[in-house]
Amino acid sequence: MTENRAFKRLVEVGRVVFIDSGEDAGKLAVIVEIIDHNRALIDGPSTGVARQAHAFRDMTLTDLVVRGFPRGAGSKVIKKYFDKEDILIKWNKSTWAKKLDNRTRRAALTDFDRFKLLKLKKQRRFIVQSEIATLRKNK
Amino acid sequence: MARKPRNRFLVPGVPRYSRSKIFAKKALYKRKKENIPKSVPEVKTTKTVPIKGDKNGGERVVPLDKAPRFYPAEDVPRPKKSRKVHKTTKLRSSITPGTILILLSGRYHGRRVVFLRQLKSGLLLVTGPFKINGVPIKRVNQSYVIATSTKIDISSCSLDKFDDSYFKREKKPSKKGTEEEFFAEGQKQKKEIPKEKVDDQIEIDKQLCANLKKIPHIKDYLRARFSLSKAEAINKWLCEIS
Repeated sequence: MTENRAFKRLVEVGRVVFIDSGEDAGKLAVIVEIIDHNRALIDGPSTGVARQAHAFRDMTLTDLVVRGFPRGAGSKVIKKYFDKEDILIKWNKSTWAKKLDNRTRRAALTDFDRFKLLKLKKQRRFIVQSEIATLRKNK
Repeated sequence: MARKPRNRFLVPGVPRYSRSKIFAKKALYKRKKENIPKSVPEVKTTKTVPIKGDKNGGERVVPLDKAPRFYPAEDVPRPKKSRKVHKTTKLRSSITPGTILILLSGRYHGRRVVFLRQLKSGLLLVTGPFKINGVPIKRVNQSYVIATSTKIDISSCSLDKFDDSYFKREKKPSKKGTEEEFFAEGQKQKKEIPKEKVDDQIEIDKQLCANLKKIPHIKDYLRARFSLSKAEAINKWLCEIS
């Protein structure tokens, strides 16, 4: 197979996708089989996504790929390979997942929490800036 | 729950059961008749008055309320007696004793204060505490307030003395037309706060601050004025205000 340089993420069996909209929005799933140009059969036994046909426009491809299972494999097999490769752990380490987590956490902050955040940020800024100032002086 | 009527209408105006049927159903004749004597206190309407003179029998019975000599020629309509009663205002479910509120109007707008309790008039009793952010113990309407989800423990505070009459203003003695008024003009005297009220404030501040000490950052939080920055999505914020 020649190396594809134009695209980093390909629609392929085993590609982990992030579901953008619909009932399972915000969950991960794996492409099991490609149905046509618009849809793929996806399954997420470890993430609570039922096996279903899903449109490509309602999902985003991720960098992660589950290798090893054949095309059209059943849920049990997919779960086995999905867990074996620690896909969820890898996903949670990614910047993408961290940003999403950040967003939900920020939305859940209360007024008092926001104030505390403001104060702590101020403290951090003070430490950093004063350190920079001393470094500059001594240069 | 309202009881279902025994009789119902087949069509409007035509009842299901006749009067005699209902009489039988009610079966009131089976019940023992209880005769409870009504205890009506006797009200005196007359009095006996001694009368002078030999031929007048010595005394006479006279009604207590003398009938008027004249009757008004025209009837004066009397106003109807109103039976309306003011209900106490329903407190917003997000506001419970100890909730931190944000004041929205008046001199202290933007200040975060501690909610103490609801008064009989429906107004909210709040205080800064005064020692921390300068908001004295005062009353506010709950519509001019945002409730935050932050709560502090105020169970140890004694609030019994604070009711609506506590906030009543003292009437000034009128000085109109006197010499005092003439000379007082121009030099306005500053209103002095009565000493008991100052002491009350100090006392309640002490009780509140003891509890506030336990929560880190809360003093600074109460001291800071609330405002929205450019980055905050106000709409989203207001619907889940916290």
